[in-house]
Amino acid sequence: MTRVKVNPSNRDKEISRIIEISGENIYSCMQCSKCSASCPANSEMDILPHQVVRILQLGNYERIVNSQTIWNCASCFTCGARCPRDIDITKIMEAIRLTVIRNKGESRIDVDELPEKIDDKMPHQAIVSVFRKYRK
Amino acid sequence: MKYSYFPGCTLKTKAQELEKYALRSAEVLGFELEEQIEWQCCGAVYPLATDEIATKLSSVRTLASAKENGNKLVTLCSACHHVIKRVNEDMKTDKSTRDKVNNYLNISEDYKGEVEVLHYLEVLRDEIGFDELAKLVKNPLTGRKIGAYYGCLLLRPDKVMGFDDPENPSTIEEFIKALGATPVKYPYRTECCGGYLSLDNKDKAANMASSILLSASKHEANEIVTACPLCKYNLEINELKSKVTVTYFTELLAEALGVK
Ligand code: SF4
Ligand code: SF4
Repeated sequence: MTRVKVNPSNRDKEISRIIEISGENIYSCMQCSKCSASCPANSEMDILPHQVVRILQLGNYERIVNSQTIWNCASCFTCGARCPRDIDITKIMEAIRLTVIRNKGESRIDVDELPEKIDDKMPHQAIVSVFRKYRK
Repeated sequence: MKYSYFPGCTLKTKAQELEKYALRSAEVLGFELEEQIEWQCCGAVYPLATDEIATKLSSVRTLASAKENGNKLVTLCSACHHVIKRVNEDMKTDKSTRDKVNNYLNISEDYKGEVEVLHYLEVLRDEIGFDELAKLVKNPLTGRKIGAYYGCLLLRPDKVMGFDDPENPSTIEEFIKALGATPVKYPYRTECCGGYLSLDNKDKAANMASSILLSASKHEANEIVTACPLCKYNLEINELKSKVTVTYFTELLAEALGVK
């Protein structure tokens, strides 16, 4: 087993930005995986919530922003509610999404395609939410 | 008793029943919901980023207007409730947000989170009381087996929402009991319905909603009630598969009070 050194002072700019936007202390995570076990969307995630936190600790920004996980998180707050270290992983997911969609041209939803995805009964709440979660 | 009332966009469009039956029932129960003037959309999802201010402004306008009227603020939609209650908490506890928002809004008196935000269910439970409610029931829903569906937004995060025990809530079950029906507890009542995933990832949302319906029907609930238009939508599009019907809690209330 190779020893990997986690050094908060060496983390790069993007990772610092994610931590700052989330307001959460990712270094207090003990990798118990309770968040991942609780996550109702985990079957659609290529990196599970506890792995997201670990990869952030290790500073692998590319791996994080290119994951499907952040777009399949439903912001249900279950992970944070159950974390024994009181880390709100929902906020970390949001911070990662934002570091992507705040860049020009990086919106996740194409407005022209929206009409096909909306049916008669879909509440406005869903549409407004998607604009907030996938676009800036 | 008079409350300021924030309806939100969805209640004026796709979720009109949620509002209609709430207002009718309020009349019978003896409280007034005064709709706010020129309210704005809450944004549907609480802005989780520590550096976002603009997305919180509409909630603060709503809260400041309730404060001006000297009222508690009542919400009906779980999502509006979640957003406004959490923004209120930020205004109360986070100095940086409070200062920035107040500087920007330039309202006559700084808003500091003074208003009490109540969900309609909390008005029933804490201001009227389920015992009192039970006395006003005209058509008891005797024999009906009804499951409560809480979902995410009323319960979590518990520290801010303070609605009920986030893992084992009982408010909606007590509400169902007060109306004369039999509440059915089932494991998935606090699980996520898929929320906004239903727009871009329909299969996943369908999967999540189906698990909830299946859990309810396994425990022999014939119907479930919710306070959230998006939960209702997600559950309803999968309802056929399970025979469990989905309604708003206010429809049930109006029915029991004889005003449906
Ligand atoms: S539940 Fe908390 S401590 Fe456990 S792995 Fe997840 S983030 Fe880390
Ligand atoms: S907030 Fe996202 S990551 Fe956390 S449990 Fe819900 S879906 Fe999973």
